Amino acid sequence: MDDEGLLERLLAGDEAAFRELVERHHETLVRVAGLYVASRSAAEDVAQDTWLAVLKGVHRFEGRSSLKTWLLRILVNRARTTGVREHRQVPIDPTGTVDASRFAASGAWADPPEPFTEAVERRLDDAGLVADVRAAIDTLPEAQRAVVTLRDVEGLSTGEVASLLALSEGNVRVLLHRGRAKVRAAIEATVRGGVR
Amino acid sequence: MRLLARDLACVEAVELVTDYLEGALSRRARRRYEHHLAACDGCEAYLEQVRATIRATGQVEPKDLEPETLDALVDLYRQFRAEDAAEPTPPTDEPEQGP
Repeated sequence: MDDEGLLERLLAGDEAAFRELVERHHETLVRVAGLYVASRSAAEDVAQDTWLAVLKGVHRFEGRSSLKTWLLRILVNRARTTGVREHRQVPIDPTGTVDASRFAASGAWADPPEPFTEAVERRLDDAGLVADVRAAIDTLPEAQRAVVTLRDVEGLSTGEVASLLALSEGNVRVLLHRGRAKVRAAIEATVRGGVR
Repeated sequence: MRLLARDLACVEAVELVTDYLEGALSRRARRRYEHHLAACDGCEAYLEQVRATIRATGQVEPKDLEPETLDALVDLYRQFRAEDAAEPTPPTDEPEQGP
């Protein structure tokens, strides 16, 4: 059942629908809250607060955005007001996103990448590769982690991510670029390792 | 292409991949990048890798919740419903929903 169907059941007082929505979205909420507050437990509190606001305001949801975007908007508003720390400007790291040893002094590839789409497709079914991707995302700096999660895991648009995180779209792209590059490197290491 | 100041180096081209995929390059920068791609297997493979990376990332499901967290939130829900039922509905401007 999609989110909108669950929402209707929630409005009708269906506890199982609430449980399902929490299972779907709570981790995302905690993850995004983590950008604004200092600890995991503070992030959990903001996420919990958000669910309470959802219960109080669910009849006001107008369906103009997806439920997920609506949830995240409530969350970000709360996180900003409870904000243990203000959202900081994202420092721009000028170093390259591909290991410098891969290039010759001329700037051309010395150790060029090889296409890995087929290898990736083959491994998507066994959980191994996806677990590697998740592990790579987990080790990203928090701003990159949030952007990669919202854009590539959750599938929000760059504009939505920028608005939710109060960043410029340019800033979102920079973070996305750095985050994706690290996930790519992790996949390449797995594929090249060829053990799995 | 005669207007190209100079060819991109691969080390520069890899930094344009995201802006390229997001449609954020100027027309001139996009042409320059595509011109480089057409002649460079390594950078073409790199772009393909990033596309496959995005696809693989889309397969990551949110983590399973800790059962205690879920229980706590369901408790919150029950508490809310109980309080909601106990309190008279506050007046609102909104029209009543039909039965």
